[in-house]
Amino acid sequence: MDPTVFRPYSESDALRSDRSAADRLRHRRKVREAIRGNIADIIAEESIIGQSRDKIIKVPIRGIREYRFVFGDNEPGVGTGNGDTEPGQVVGEAGGDGNGPGPPGNRPGIDYYETDITLEELVDIMFEDLELPDMERKKLREVPADTVRKHKGYRRVGARAHLDKRRTATSRLRRKIATRGTVPGAPGDSRFPFHRDDLKYRRLVADLRFQSNAVVLCIMDTSGSMDTMKKYLARSFFFLLYQFVHTRYHNVEVVFIAHDTRAREVSEEEFFSKGESGGTMISSGYHKALEIVQDRYHPTLWNIYAFHCSDGDNWPHDNGVALAAARELCGVCNLFGYGEIKPLNSGSYGDSLLELFDEVDAKNFHALMIENKEDIWPSFRRFLSREKAAAAAE
Amino acid sequence: MSRWSIQDLECWDARIREKAGEFGLSCFPQEFEVCNHEQMLGYMAYHGMPAHYPHWSFGKSYEKLKTLYDYGVSGLPYEMAINADPARAYLMRGNSLCLQILTIAHVYGHNDFFRNNFMFRDTRPELTLGQFKLRADRVRGYVEHPSIGLQAVEEILDAAHALSLQCRRHTAIRKLTREEQRARVLDAAEPPHDPFERIHRPVEYRAPDLDHVPLEPEEDLLLFIAEYSPYLTDWQKDLLHIVHEEARYFIPQMDTKIMNEGWASYWHHKIMNGLDLPEELHLEFLVHHNQVIRAHPGGLNPYHVGFRLWHDIRRRYDEPTEAEIEAHGTPEKSGTEKIFEVRETDRDVSFLRRFLTADLMRDMDLFEYAKKGDQFVVSHVSDEEHWRGVKETLLRNIGMNTVPVIRILDADHDHHRTLYTQHEHDGRDLQYESLEKTLRYLHRLWGRRVLLETVMQGKSTTFSCDEGGVDRLAG
Repeated sequence: MDPTVFRPYSESDALRSDRSAADRLRHRRKVREAIRGNIADIIAEESIIGQSRDKIIKVPIRGIREYRFVFGDNEPGVGTGNGDTEPGQVVGEAGGDGNGPGPPGNRPGIDYYETDITLEELVDIMFEDLELPDMERKKLREVPADTVRKHKGYRRVGARAHLDKRRTATSRLRRKIATRGTVPGAPGDSRFPFHRDDLKYRRLVADLRFQSNAVVLCIMDTSGSMDTMKKYLARSFFFLLYQFVHTRYHNVEVVFIAHDTRAREVSEEEFFSKGESGGTMISSGYHKALEIVQDRYHPTLWNIYAFHCSDGDNWPHDNGVALAAARELCGVCNLFGYGEIKPLNSGSYGDSLLELFDEVDAKNFHALMIENKEDIWPSFRRFLSREKAAAAAE
Repeated sequence: MSRWSIQDLECWDARIREKAGEFGLSCFPQEFEVCNHEQMLGYMAYHGMPAHYPHWSFGKSYEKLKTLYDYGVSGLPYEMAINADPARAYLMRGNSLCLQILTIAHVYGHNDFFRNNFMFRDTRPELTLGQFKLRADRVRGYVEHPSIGLQAVEEILDAAHALSLQCRRHTAIRKLTREEQRARVLDAAEPPHDPFERIHRPVEYRAPDLDHVPLEPEEDLLLFIAEYSPYLTDWQKDLLHIVHEEARYFIPQMDTKIMNEGWASYWHHKIMNGLDLPEELHLEFLVHHNQVIRAHPGGLNPYHVGFRLWHDIRRRYDEPTEAEIEAHGTPEKSGTEKIFEVRETDRDVSFLRRFLTADLMRDMDLFEYAKKGDQFVVSHVSDEEHWRGVKETLLRNIGMNTVPVIRILDADHDHHRTLYTQHEHDGRDLQYESLEKTLRYLHRLWGRRVLLETVMQGKSTTFSCDEGGVDRLAG
């Protein structure tokens, strides 16, 4: 018999033998596709709204399981016991992973179909296919958004770390040839040392990139009729809007305006946690928004996105004023949206402003109705496609 | 970092081989490769093959293995051996010397088994590595071909993987050619010889339909489709052949898992005890050995079951008890002769059926469980009354018996090129979700409507799959 062969471990082989890399990449792509496929369900999960971007979410995945013909789960199996097993004894929980009792992997055909991703990745995936056209680039209160240092040319002085050795050596050689053999220094010394003029340093320049700025104005009705459910729906919508704007612009500021009959600018925390009271005067919120835009976010410098959530229970006398203010807002905003939140079982039969706002008639205005949390993602998409259409029309 | 060198391994290997020879193991030449844990995970994901065609499912399997490993849910195997000539095995770099010696001894057990068991007779081990490499090259060629590309290849591979185990189980039995099948059909159509033909009315000869496809129910789904589909192109058919060949290579291993692991454990135990290990190494060996062959309460550890069975067979032939002599007579062979014979002629199902005795089952406390609500509840234990039932359930849950048998009955059903398939129902229903998805794959490959006849909750049911999706037809 031939002698046994032992192949020793080789570090270099191990380092370049990541054979599964391409297949892993392909698998991850499929996971992403699968997630995109049921994004509406994920959005409807309460837990992701308003979380930090690093939060890790468990996402159920359909479509990347490998199917075969298998027997149903109710078929009996056989296991080894400790020596005192009795009929009727419970040996494991059937819930969860669907595995039989005992150590995992002793029953075939069970597949993982949940994966962990960060919220940031999820947001990326969500907006990946919205493919909006470049929005109107406004002349900015130019904030240098990026200061990448870019390599541009060479110079004779610089920090040691930026010394370009190759060029330096070339330039010494060039000088050596140019001297045609006359050697500097003492006779008999054949060395040809570097001269300060030989040194070449890489030149780095700061590359300023100017980014569009955007501001999101979140206007919410906090009157007595806005209950927790309505506020939750409003919040979900604001969250998506913020995340979206964030993926498109480098500098995004958010302004929260709460109004009942009067409007105030509030902090994020207050905005979502504040108790509700009083009647509703929508115009007050719009006027406040206009005022803030006037003061701080001039429309020529900022991309302005405004969104207003309310249950539509406005003080009837206010309607005319509100309509005028809405028109004015449309004039300054890239996109102005109004979301009427009417949960099906909220018992709110108040008026609707949707009819009223039909009259606004501006290309960048969009009114929508949200009835339950499954509506959020579809309405959000429609909301943005409106901007797409508007941009295309221009 | 390791406390051993290749020379150490070579030195121990020589002694182990000497022992293995003494015990009568006959092995292929052996090759070992020392690798780190990432390479090991890589080998595991690709069925241990150094070259294998790419597919995302291997990436998925790698990620899964790695996650389990990183979180400490499962360790890595000490070794991985593949059926090839020369035999190949991987040793983990980080393992201790004792583990390496144990592993080498274990690998020779597998090696002997692969070489001698009848299931592996047709696997052509001398070609294994080359064939896997060639198949990989073919698939890569299709992926890189400008008119095919990854998407198209993946689509076929996805479907083929879903059906790869739908093939003939008895790989050691030769498949009949079409001519032989035809002869058999003609034979079967002949009226049987009737000794009383003078007083009986002569049976009318009914000519068999020789144009029927298939002549006999066909289990090799992929091969059948590759042969009879008018829609698939040559490269698509080639992909089906590739997936089929690979499944065929692995089926013997699935079907001898318990025997094989038991055999290797039996021999590493013997060899290690015969090596006169220094005490320190010997103690470490015992710890590892017990870990490997311990029972997994609630589960079924093939190492455990196999190890116990081989020992028991040997004992029954070398030192039978009074009761056994009474029942079966004095054994004619020695224990060693018997186990070497069994390792050649059996596979898991026959092995367990023949040698798993009621006593042994009671000793291992084998029980049958079933799902009741949200829990698994023990339905029977191996007592006098029920051990046969428990054993039957066990036999159904090993190797290829966990794969439903699907047969093609007619490739031109109703003259519409509808593929008529039938699930051979053995009391176990198919799971609906996977049935639906897999039927779609079958439809994708066949290109025309596909019917599957099965039994669901006691009622005969036929599922139909066409472009519109899967429907349940009545009755």
